[in-house]
Amino acid sequence: MTEAKHIELSPEAMMEVGRIISHYPADKQKSALLPVLHIAQKEFGGWLSSESMDYVARLLHIHPIEVYEVATFYSMFNTKPVGKVLIEVCQTGPCCLNGAEKIVSYLEKKLQIKVGETTRDGMFTLKTVECLGACGYAPMFQIGETFYEHLTEEKVDNILLEMRNKNS
Amino acid sequence: MGRKLLLENLDKPEINTIDGYIKYGGYRALEKALKSMTPDEVTEEVKKSGLRGRGGAGFPTGMKWSFLDKSTDKPRYLLCNADESEPGTFKDRLLMEKIPHLLVEGMIVSSYALGCRTSYIYIRGEYMFILRILEKAIAEAYAKGYLGQNILGTGYSLDLHVHPGAGAYICGEETALIESLEGKRGNPRIKPPFPAIAGLYNCPTIVNNVESIAAVVPIVNNGGEDYAKIGIGKSTGTKLISASGNINKPGVYEIELGVSVEEFIYSDEYCGGIANGLDIKACVPGGSSVPILPKDLLFKQSDGSPRLMTYESLSEGGFATGSMLGSGGFIVFDEKACIVRNTWNFARFYHHESCGQCSPCREGTGWMERVLHNIEYGHGKMEDIDLLWDIQRKIEGNTICPLGDAAAWPVAAAIRHFRHEFEYHVKYPHRVFDADHVYQPEMKMQTV
Repeated sequence: MTEAKHIELSPEAMMEVGRIISHYPADKQKSALLPVLHIAQKEFGGWLSSESMDYVARLLHIHPIEVYEVATFYSMFNTKPVGKVLIEVCQTGPCCLNGAEKIVSYLEKKLQIKVGETTRDGMFTLKTVECLGACGYAPMFQIGETFYEHLTEEKVDNILLEMRNKNS
Repeated sequence: MGRKLLLENLDKPEINTIDGYIKYGGYRALEKALKSMTPDEVTEEVKKSGLRGRGGAGFPTGMKWSFLDKSTDKPRYLLCNADESEPGTFKDRLLMEKIPHLLVEGMIVSSYALGCRTSYIYIRGEYMFILRILEKAIAEAYAKGYLGQNILGTGYSLDLHVHPGAGAYICGEETALIESLEGKRGNPRIKPPFPAIAGLYNCPTIVNNVESIAAVVPIVNNGGEDYAKIGIGKSTGTKLISASGNINKPGVYEIELGVSVEEFIYSDEYCGGIANGLDIKACVPGGSSVPILPKDLLFKQSDGSPRLMTYESLSEGGFATGSMLGSGGFIVFDEKACIVRNTWNFARFYHHESCGQCSPCREGTGWMERVLHNIEYGHGKMEDIDLLWDIQRKIEGNTICPLGDAAAWPVAAAIRHFRHEFEYHVKYPHRVFDADHVYQPEMKMQTV
């Protein structure tokens, strides 16, 4: 239980959790699970350990299994550690008609990792995802809450550089 | 130029703020509905408009509203489906990102019509940046007295919240959306009961797409009859079309229903023709779930008349020669595009997104993905093509929700119309090892 001390949301995040819970009827706190897991994932290094999921269960007065089953269902929740910068490239049909596969290969070459892996310095994780709703602005990837669209190799270079500088 | 009802003010300065939105006529529908109309009168205008659900199913919105169970004392809920995830579809995103108040106003007017005290916008988690835009717009609306207690002194009160999903296409299915909003996995429910009777927290609930709810604003402003004047037959009003693929001008276009497919693809007002001077091979006109149409069926109906962008015309001929308007996710393929590769791509998508409740979908989507992968990468056998046909037929109609059908239809249509490309992959495996391979039209001759 020595670890448990680290598993605590910041006061600002707790405020946000309180605000979110207030959106649902008093006896329906479980409704806040998805938004609260988003907050927890952001606060706890971009992924959800079983300890942090247990913590969220206590926050919402639900059973841990109710959190696990949700966290493993939705593709945005990472149940394994990820790099500081998670690159999620859209690989669905319309993006592929406009070169998404080339962008994936370029990222693999540039970062020297395969899809699903993290660079040795822990900086970048590369992931392919399904349609992000940017089909008209393909190819694209998402980092955090930002969509990067109309990607070219040159643009990718610049974004990687910017991310490296911001996160070192 | 067709009439625009939703995107008319898209490029106006500060249209994303409440003051900018009001400057260009915003919140007039709210004043009109709450101050001079009864809830039933609002519903009546929506019925008169002929508006059909813009998420994909095309069910008449006014009729859906009339199913809401008003006989109980339970709270009623309006949920906006902003889980836009159908490949090829990105129209709701534009609307919410650029004109968030149009959705907020539509939510207030619609909630008033349905007698809701609390309503939610369920937005896909990947659109978190839009969630923030909507929350800002909602805060502005509260500050102006358009939300909260006793709106504009009318006695009507409403709270509106935005709820993020977390990456699951299935949550666009309305009962899965409800499950997700309750903090659970997005497993669709068995219907009946329909949400209008027992939805969120077992209370009467209406789920409507973003574009449908936004369309309520011009319908209330100008009257349902005015809306119904646009379009043809049962395809009334305007529709947002998300255009993508191998075209010169990808983007979101608001069309009057009834524009011809040919005009939509080739006119500079819309797609601007096929990119790189190539010819068109095929088109998926309504999002990845609807059947792909080859060029010879795309532009003409079976009677030889031009095919139009309407619910009826796009589905004319049934699945033998037609498709569907669906969500309006209009994906265009040029002559070099590989239909097998795209079919495999979509099959992978549905396999990934299957919730896993129903065996035909859970197992069948994975099976189709693997067989298609084999064919695409040169390891296919001729009998695999018939196997695919068999699998898709056994998924269709045998699942709780429409995801099974959505996974089956693209595979069926690709084989129906492009069997020669599948055969080509089997016959000439060495030519398809390169992911960049193009299907050469002359090779059709060799394989048939």
